Amino acid sequence: MRYLMLVAADPDHTAEDEARAPSIETWGEQVTASGAWVMGERLRPTTDATTVRVRGGELLITEGPYTESKEWIAGFDVLDCPDLDAAIEIAASHPMAYMGRLELRPFWPLNEA
Amino acid sequence: MADVAAALAEALAGERLRIVAGLIRVTRDWELAEDCVQDAAERALARWPVDGIPANPPAWLTTTARRRALDVLHRRHVEAAKLREVLALGELGSKPSEQEASGPYGDDRLRLLFACCHPALPLAGRVALTLKVVGGLSTREIARAFLVSEATMSQRLLRTRAKIEHAGIGFRVPEPRRLRDRISGVLAVVYLIFTEGYAATEGIYLRDDLAEEALRLADLLASLLPDDDEVLALRALLLLQHSRRAARTDTAGELLTMEEQDRRLWNQELITIGLRSLATARATERPPGFYRWQAEIAALHATAASPGATDWRRIVAAYDALLELRPSPIVALNRAIAIGFRDGPEAGLRAIDAGVADSALVPAVRAELLRRSGRWIDAASAYCEAIERARTEAERRQLQRRLDQLAGLTS
Repeated sequence: MRYLMLVAADPDHTAEDEARAPSIETWGEQVTASGAWVMGERLRPTTDATTVRVRGGELLITEGPYTESKEWIAGFDVLDCPDLDAAIEIAASHPMAYMGRLELRPFWPLNEA
Repeated sequence: MADVAAALAEALAGERLRIVAGLIRVTRDWELAEDCVQDAAERALARWPVDGIPANPPAWLTTTARRRALDVLHRRHVEAAKLREVLALGELGSKPSEQEASGPYGDDRLRLLFACCHPALPLAGRVALTLKVVGGLSTREIARAFLVSEATMSQRLLRTRAKIEHAGIGFRVPEPRRLRDRISGVLAVVYLIFTEGYAATEGIYLRDDLAEEALRLADLLASLLPDDDEVLALRALLLLQHSRRAARTDTAGELLTMEEQDRRLWNQELITIGLRSLATARATERPPGFYRWQAEIAALHATAASPGATDWRRIVAAYDALLELRPSPIVALNRAIAIGFRDGPEAGLRAIDAGVADSALVPAVRAELLRRSGRWIDAASAYCEAIERARTEAERRQLQRRLDQLAGLTS
């Protein structure tokens, strides 16, 4: 199973949570060793984002992200896991699980309705 | 014909869950697994009156369901390796499903429970799927129990099964360090099924079929996880609460408060089994959890000869512990009721004012306390508010009766 793991920053956490968070290096070593990590990147902040739409045949370009909220996507990873519980364990050991929130989205295979 | 129906019911009661769970593990097709068992049951009803009841009905059902699964998979051109796995399920009926080398958690039925109650599924879906697949209830029965149309319930089940498949929810027991949390998730589903039957939130007040299904699920869990203190405590809690069933309504079917109940009608057999289950939970020497404290409270009620003889001091202490463990408005309200019996109704009213969030249940409790402290006019207006906010007709009638009694006293 392939999952997109959206890494969101969320100010709703305590200094204690932050102190408990494992390091990203440890997480990286673990997921690379387990073979579950396919790829992943950090993303520049939403001030650097551009939103694109075409409406009524007209191209609309706006600055900023497509949703305004206090949480914002700070990065993503693609995971390949035997099942959801395995992906949950990987997410749970990510530092941003302590300082933000992670969303696991299963891939939708092309040949499936 | 009656013999056939009885033999089939008995075989299904013992083996249906094992067959379904085994087929799901191998095929990962939840609907196929359920359909095959249903098909086997229908064949039994057609064949057994003609051929006679087989010597080993569970084995007959297992074989028939497995053959059906093989047929369907064959037609779908499923690869040979998978078909061989389904064939290997043949021994399901004659011996417990294979134990994993890793320990006592190898039972397919346990895997099935963890999958049905996975926290990634919506709660309503977990409840529905558990009743359908583990409990073996029909979609129509579940729809009726939750007062929704059969089509709505069917959709809910469909979406829940789809999420299991699409999100990749595995058919396995969680790893040891997650086990406690996940067991607590399964217990929450069973408890929800029970409370829906014990004190339905709308419509008909008591639904014995749901309460009894929850008791069966608790028995199953206790047999699969006999060393888990919270599993044993939940089972104790359900048994002790259900033991009062016959006393909870009068001959006209009206609800009675615990003080009004005829305690001779409490089911002593259920109380005995419940207390034994609680004693086993205590013997684990783990610190009491959410269900243990509730079972302790239920046990103190169940063993009190009369409302006056109830050990309210220990009940208040148990509610204090519960509040610490998992604060909730309903626990805070029950604690205020217990304080009202321990220290008098005025103390109970002060406890409500001090820290119970308002809910539909608060006015009824306040009315009782006001009545007991002789503040009849305040009590009457609290009863009126409680009647207005009551969620079921039975509750409303019970409150109206209390109000009428009060009017009889004051006039």
